[in-house]
Amino acid sequence: MSIHVKFFASLRERLGREAQEIEASEGLTIGALWCVVSGTDCLPTNVLAALNHEYATPDQRVRDGDEVAFFPPVTGG
Amino acid sequence: MRIEVLSYPFDPWEEMRRHQAMFDAGRGVFGACASFVGTLRDSNEGNSVHAMRLEHYPGMTDKYLNTIAEEAGKRWSILHLLILHRVGELQPGDPIVLTAVWSAHRASAFAACQYLVEELKSRAPFWKKETLAEGERWVEHNTPGT
Repeated sequence: MSIHVKFFASLRERLGREAQEIEASEGLTIGALWCVVSGTDCLPTNVLAALNHEYATPDQRVRDGDEVAFFPPVTGG
Repeated sequence: MRIEVLSYPFDPWEEMRRHQAMFDAGRGVFGACASFVGTLRDSNEGNSVHAMRLEHYPGMTDKYLNTIAEEAGKRWSILHLLILHRVGELQPGDPIVLTAVWSAHRASAFAACQYLVEELKSRAPFWKKETLAEGERWVEHNTPGT
């Protein structure tokens, strides 16, 4: 299955890319997806995740065609 | 209700006047209006701030601004609300955000306006990068609201 991954703000700069397509196997969690795209272990507490424009937890599973975003704590307003 | 992410400078007072004129037209349907305007300060954490760049997550940001407004509408009796938020390049003194709530009485207007600001700051995906004399710096957290 294909997952569209986006990165924002300082995380985008640190990883050196703003988006990538991942070919993954069924049942992949957000946390495991983070390991694949970042090359590190667990999702750090200062990295937030969103699944199809909704905040998501590391144990949520992704499906074919999903959009997942990783970003630092938000600082609007 | 108007909720918008703007990539150009705006005048919050003019936007409030225009929005109010649109639904009220001088008839006096509301008894209270509470508003909050956040502007870019020229200093932060001991450094002079020369400029700032605000980015957002198109799609998710709009979704959360609308969600927050709907939540406020369920909790308080609101006649109208207006949320405007800048993205792009800003200079010190530029308005960043406007939240305004019109209601029959002040309690709803005050409470809903504060709710919009606090929820927006903690949930809507926006990120700030400051330009200082020393270089650029991402803002890592917001100051507490209370």
